[in-house]
Amino acid sequence: MAYITMREAISQALREEMYRDERVFIMGEEVGVWGGTYAVTRGFLDEFGEKRVRDTPIAEGVIVGAAIGAAIAGLRPVAELMTINFAFLAMDQIVNHAAKLHYMFNGQIRCPLVIRTVGGGGRQLAATHSQSPDVVFAHFPGLKVVAPGTPADAKGLLKSAIRDEDPVFFIEHATLYQLRGEVPDDEEYLVPIGVSDVKREGKDVTIVSYSKMLQTSLQAAEQLSKEGIEAEVIDLRTLRPLDMLPVVQSVQKTNRLVVVEEGWRSYGVGAEIAARVMERAFDYLDAPVRRVAQLEVPLPYNRRLEQMALPQVEDVVRAVYDVLYRK
Amino acid sequence: MPDELSREELLEMYCQMVLIRRLEEKAAELYTAGLIGGFLHLYIGEEAIAVGACKALRPDDHLLTAYRDHGWAIARGLDPKRVMAELLGKATGVSGGKGGSMHLASAEHNYWGGHAIVGGHLPLATGIGLAIRYKEEDKAVLCVFGEGSTNIGYFHESLNLAAVWKLPVVFLVENNQYGMGTEVSRASARSDIFEKGCSYDVASAPVDGQDVLAVHRAMREALEYARQHGPYLMEAKTYRYSGHSMGDPERYRSKAEIERWRAHDPIERLASVLISHALADQAALEKIHQDVEQEMEGIVRFAQESPEPDDAALYEHVYVNPIPER
Amino acid sequence: MAELLTMPKMGFDMAEGTLVQWVKKEGDTLSEGDVVAIIETDKANVEVTSFRSGVLRKILVESGTVVPVGKPIAIIGSADEDIQSLLQAQEGMVPAKGEAEVVSEAEVPPTAGIGAVPEIEVGRVLASPVARRMASELGIDLTQVRGTGPGGRITKADIEAFVRESAREVPQPVVTPPPAMPPQPSVGVEYAVELVTPIRKTISRRMTESKQQAPHFYITMEVDMEAAVELRRQLNALLPEEEKISINDMVIKAAAIALRQYPRLNASLAGDEIHLYRRVNIGIAVALDSGLITVVVKDCDQKPLSRIAVEARAMITRAREGRMQAEDIVGSTFTISNLGMYGVEDFAAIINPPQAAILAVGAVRRVPVVNDAGELVAGTRMKMTISADHRITDGAEAALFLQALKAVLEQPMRLLL
Repeated sequence: MAYITMREAISQALREEMYRDERVFIMGEEVGVWGGTYAVTRGFLDEFGEKRVRDTPIAEGVIVGAAIGAAIAGLRPVAELMTINFAFLAMDQIVNHAAKLHYMFNGQIRCPLVIRTVGGGGRQLAATHSQSPDVVFAHFPGLKVVAPGTPADAKGLLKSAIRDEDPVFFIEHATLYQLRGEVPDDEEYLVPIGVSDVKREGKDVTIVSYSKMLQTSLQAAEQLSKEGIEAEVIDLRTLRPLDMLPVVQSVQKTNRLVVVEEGWRSYGVGAEIAARVMERAFDYLDAPVRRVAQLEVPLPYNRRLEQMALPQVEDVVRAVYDVLYRK
Repeated sequence: MPDELSREELLEMYCQMVLIRRLEEKAAELYTAGLIGGFLHLYIGEEAIAVGACKALRPDDHLLTAYRDHGWAIARGLDPKRVMAELLGKATGVSGGKGGSMHLASAEHNYWGGHAIVGGHLPLATGIGLAIRYKEEDKAVLCVFGEGSTNIGYFHESLNLAAVWKLPVVFLVENNQYGMGTEVSRASARSDIFEKGCSYDVASAPVDGQDVLAVHRAMREALEYARQHGPYLMEAKTYRYSGHSMGDPERYRSKAEIERWRAHDPIERLASVLISHALADQAALEKIHQDVEQEMEGIVRFAQESPEPDDAALYEHVYVNPIPER
Repeated sequence: MAELLTMPKMGFDMAEGTLVQWVKKEGDTLSEGDVVAIIETDKANVEVTSFRSGVLRKILVESGTVVPVGKPIAIIGSADEDIQSLLQAQEGMVPAKGEAEVVSEAEVPPTAGIGAVPEIEVGRVLASPVARRMASELGIDLTQVRGTGPGGRITKADIEAFVRESAREVPQPVVTPPPAMPPQPSVGVEYAVELVTPIRKTISRRMTESKQQAPHFYITMEVDMEAAVELRRQLNALLPEEEKISINDMVIKAAAIALRQYPRLNASLAGDEIHLYRRVNIGIAVALDSGLITVVVKDCDQKPLSRIAVEARAMITRAREGRMQAEDIVGSTFTISNLGMYGVEDFAAIINPPQAAILAVGAVRRVPVVNDAGELVAGTRMKMTISADHRITDGAEAALFLQALKAVLEQPMRLLL
């Protein structure tokens, strides 16, 4: 175990996998000489050389497309998209190619690639650089979509993603890179894709979240605990395939559910979780499900306005009061 | 002997071109009868490109094409029975009935698909080129697409990256003069597509796409160049006799134009070469046509009698490692 | 062989085409690829070509006709062959000009009214889904429960409170004298008035419903409890006071094993379906001062006897003290009622709806029995009576279930497997 940052955990996962498997390589904008925009791959160019740490032109379509091609031909590319906002430029490759080829050609083509990207708001980068459109990518069968909320999960999930035979869209959160946590040193430390995790046990209310909002939810749970409300906090970790079992089991116990996500509320993670709980645990609900999400506006530059639009700890606490019929 | 090809090889190429044309004609018939669904894009008139180019490919080279792909599949050596079965959506189809006309592929032939998002497979070909260099293999990639794809971002992103990394990819443009119904000069600032290679310092040249021997010769050189140096852009000038797809109103061209191109029919051109070089007589060629006719019967019968995919196929191959949703 | 020329499909979304013009006329010679007619689709005018050579023998539709894809428009054959049979097959099948395949409005199936305003149910009791489920399982009338949620919504906590209250509410004789005009019926004898408690109302309603709706039948069987009593003695010698095992615990475990073999006794009727429960949750009837309640030991088939004993004891204690939790009382799939402690030899119970059966257990008694050697000796016996719902199961099956149950109790080591 080491107490390290999320950045170090991700970096560790990449380094370990590159040593483990000669087929693994990194490509993307500024991953080499610069060391990664978020410094995740700092030192990699010297360590692994230009063949395996490849700076690309600013051309997201061919970054993802060439990674798919390399995967088809037997390599294990980790393509980095500088931010999730730029993933829209590669949307066709992600959706029409990575997610489809295995199925459309009846299993003849495999795309074992990882697309690493960075999402999230709260850094005053204004509307086009602050989005959390995670659910958009989770819409498509054929992709696996992962979004860790702790350093340990980031390491274990990224390693699993690199070893997976399917395309994995791996969403990191820009404001979590400094988050510290205990991370196993073990080179075989793997966190399975598609398994939700109970991050905090409680009996009074279930809070479902992931990525940055997991941390927000855990803070809210801490605060609620002082008032005698014990919240169970579940980390989805994977948005597709979605593991509902811990959520359903928790709702059967607490009968009350709050879903917290950073993206917009409409058609969001909260909508999906609420619908599935309705389908599988309707008879266990004691209150309507509450969603905490970003307000339905593009994020503004102004700091105060930006924070108003993003979900805060107090919003989660208030939602918990709501489902407990308090105040 | 033309083009250093043996008599047997030339006759085989002739036979392939005839087979492709007959298969396309048959496909049109089955489409109008409602046995083929979706879109159907026919390759009639363009047969020389696939046959000439595939003849130059080595078995371990890679091939990717656009959606007008039946001819390419057959020229690459896929079983025509299984190609037709795919058009009919059968379990025995090359893509198990899940891809259809536009999505033929065969991993064992390194044929990574017919692709139907215009230009979408150019980055894939670039990536396969990257893998070849990465693994230090002596292979090349042939990436085939229409001239309409050369106006989309992917073309430029892919040529540029392939040139920067010196990847062994031959980008082959089949310029059949129309992107659906839009004539090349109305959609592209340059009508001579091969000239676009100079933007990215990519070697390029045009070739007569109706001359199977010229295509073969040019492709052999282009592949060799790609293996040694890097990307190559080839433009094959050609023409499709039938519409863009079934049901094309063809308001954009005249019958006279089609007839002008028919006068340079690639099959007839090879026939005259064979006869003038005394490699075959009329009777021998006639025999090939008859053999193909007979083969077509078997192809159609196989496709029609093949079973539908199982219901279970619906859920197969969404993932290599499916994770059950709990 | 003459063949039909059909309206071709020219495009993936083409359903019909208009025959605009016949380019060839009847009797014309055709080569393969010749244009025969022009059709109009909703996108364009398209040529119909012949896929074979021959003679255009018969035109089946006039120009101007709308023809669905795949319907014949002409017959192509050789010059002199007989096309009569082909013609006859088509007669009456080809739509005449202008009236092809028109779907009348009346044939269009009515679609569900998307904008339909739901009827507002006047006086509907507001209750959360979990509260409704619990109330239904416990047979609680929601109108009797006070809701503390928003707008008076009944919550899980309200149901729990109601159950606790009901259990605590011991019937109190009303001290006021009877009214001058006593309610009917009266037999002219003085009486004290006792108000019916909510729990008594529930029992009353549910037992009436059970007896009225479920055709009960009853089967009694006697079990040799010699070995079971001895095993219990040995086990309890090893166990601390709070973990000791009762005869009833052994019956519960044995019943769970037998129910796995005869799932139709662990079931309920729902309309046209019999729901065979995947879990074996056994309800134990507990007598309280206020009435009767069942506590539920979940998954008895999965749990060891010792755990069943501990759980049952804890729940029975909580029930008697009016502290039971919601989970203690919901989800039972089969019920056991034991009056052995009252010295009852044998009785029949009323099924706890919607379950398929209830097992009534009498006392373990020392009785004279005739052994295999024909001698009269002292034996240990217990009688059990199953009451079963004839809509779900039959006598033979219920008897087999009892046999299985008896077999386990008579070889009680099986309870420990």
